[in-house]
Amino acid sequence: MSLFDHRVSELHHLLHKKEISVSDLVAESFKRIAEIDEKVQAFLTLNEEQARAKAKELDEKLATEKEFGLLFGMPIGIKDNIVTKGLRTTCASKILYNFDPIYDATVMQRLHEADAITIGKLNMDEFAMGSSTENSGFQLTRNPWDLERVPGGSSGGSAAAVAAGEVPFALGSDTGGSIRQPAAFCGVVGLKPTYGRVSRFGLVAFASSLDQIGPITRTVEDNAYLLQVISGLDPMDSTSANVDVPDYVSALTGDIQGLKIAVPKEYLGEGVSEEVRQSVLNALKVLEGLGATWEEVSLPHSKYVLATYYLLSSSEASANLARFDGVRYGYRTDNAKNLMEMYKQTRSEGFGNEVKRRIMLGTFALSSGYYDAYYKKAQKVRTLIKQDFENVFEKYDVIIGPTTPTPAFKIGEKTSDPLTMYANDILTIPVNLAGVPGISVPCGFVNGLPVGLQIIGKHFDESTVYRVAHAFEQATDYHKQKPTL
Amino acid sequence: MSRISIEQVKHVAHLARLAITEEEAEMFTKQLDAIITFAEQLNELDTENVPPTSHVLNMKNVMREDVPTPGLPLDEVLKNAPDQQDGQFRVPAILE
Repeated sequence: MSLFDHRVSELHHLLHKKEISVSDLVAESFKRIAEIDEKVQAFLTLNEEQARAKAKELDEKLATEKEFGLLFGMPIGIKDNIVTKGLRTTCASKILYNFDPIYDATVMQRLHEADAITIGKLNMDEFAMGSSTENSGFQLTRNPWDLERVPGGSSGGSAAAVAAGEVPFALGSDTGGSIRQPAAFCGVVGLKPTYGRVSRFGLVAFASSLDQIGPITRTVEDNAYLLQVISGLDPMDSTSANVDVPDYVSALTGDIQGLKIAVPKEYLGEGVSEEVRQSVLNALKVLEGLGATWEEVSLPHSKYVLATYYLLSSSEASANLARFDGVRYGYRTDNAKNLMEMYKQTRSEGFGNEVKRRIMLGTFALSSGYYDAYYKKAQKVRTLIKQDFENVFEKYDVIIGPTTPTPAFKIGEKTSDPLTMYANDILTIPVNLAGVPGISVPCGFVNGLPVGLQIIGKHFDESTVYRVAHAFEQATDYHKQKPTL
Repeated sequence: MSRISIEQVKHVAHLARLAITEEEAEMFTKQLDAIITFAEQLNELDTENVPPTSHVLNMKNVMREDVPTPGLPLDEVLKNAPDQQDGQFRVPAILE
């Protein structure tokens, strides 16, 4: 029995009753990391000294204060593309191997204000480009359910750390599925909020029109608590939305009577494994039993999402990653005689192949003579994909399907062909293109590997997404299963 | 017919400030050609009268008062620099 078998609200209650201390919580994290991170390899950098000192400080506060927030003293893991002042932030890239940020991301400021405790930084695909965390420049993270399999990606470290019980929750980022896909593969809960819901200030940019930070947790309730703290308008991010943040936890009523669910036929068709399809159909039966109804619908432009996504995200990445040039921070080559050589050698030695491939694809799609044919064309198709969602949401409350076509695949299985790896994200990418919120919750097991159910909502309607996810979770016990490590 | 030639890949690598070897140029040509060929399925769609989406939310320009605030301290800014001199970033010679 681990302390982290409790929900965050239960841990909060235990702190209140003084049955545990903040130092106990932090010690639990580092104990578990010491036991199993050699196998799982989720963490790139630990914040042990500061975390233990902060815990002591909070325990003193705990002795005198009667009221404190829900995240008070809670250990959290942070994906390594979110900048943390004074704590090395690498994006799992050699080009930032020694980067020591001089400011905190807005989400980190909010976590500090809530007195959460940063345990360390979590592995990922380099610059969040990948679906397996195999593109990390530093280490291979393994799936806690089967160490021969990938944890998913790009937030593979975040999902694996939560699944392995190293932290009660973590932050990830999601550009094309990078929170939901690893959450599905590791049997945990991961939400990509509406674009603009959470400030991107201090999230190292991959594709600025698609990136969002979001929570990875063991339960839907924990997820809602964490989103509550990080959501809302931020003057430092002009794309953060000036939209009221509701009380997410109060939406978890368990009541989905009369809920109208759309199930896109494209999400249960070709490419989706029979076992995953069955798990989703079973989940729909559970939801029907709770008073919801579902109908098959069509998102007719689904077959175009991969091409649209790779053109747009790579184009944005090629511009965003131009800043890594060996001048102001990070790695610089020793082998250059002049400035141009310094740029080229630094970037070639610092970036891995997937990052180089996408920078080149984006540079090509934006280059003179190809811009209209590729980049602008993809922007137009994005409009059609977005309209598909708007049409369905005129009549339905949520869209439901699988998070991924298959459960976690084997390490090395998809690394030789980029297109095969990309196809794994076909069910999560459209959500980013449309900018709507989506969650993955555990909905079954295939040969001992978790399967994720994806619930997609309207713009800024995370509350309904959470309400449905929570009702499903309460009616099932998949989220209570834990990997044996 | 290939969508991108090895010469184009080398040109794109130069634009992106990446040094690539001959073998890498061949590998990237093959992979980028496959990806671009795949992407051309978008041409099946008539998008003549479809407006492009660059941003998913209907947002207007966000304006604020232009109030001067202190910048970042110089020693902090230079802390991560691979090379520096006299409070400035130092780089190799620009001209031969």
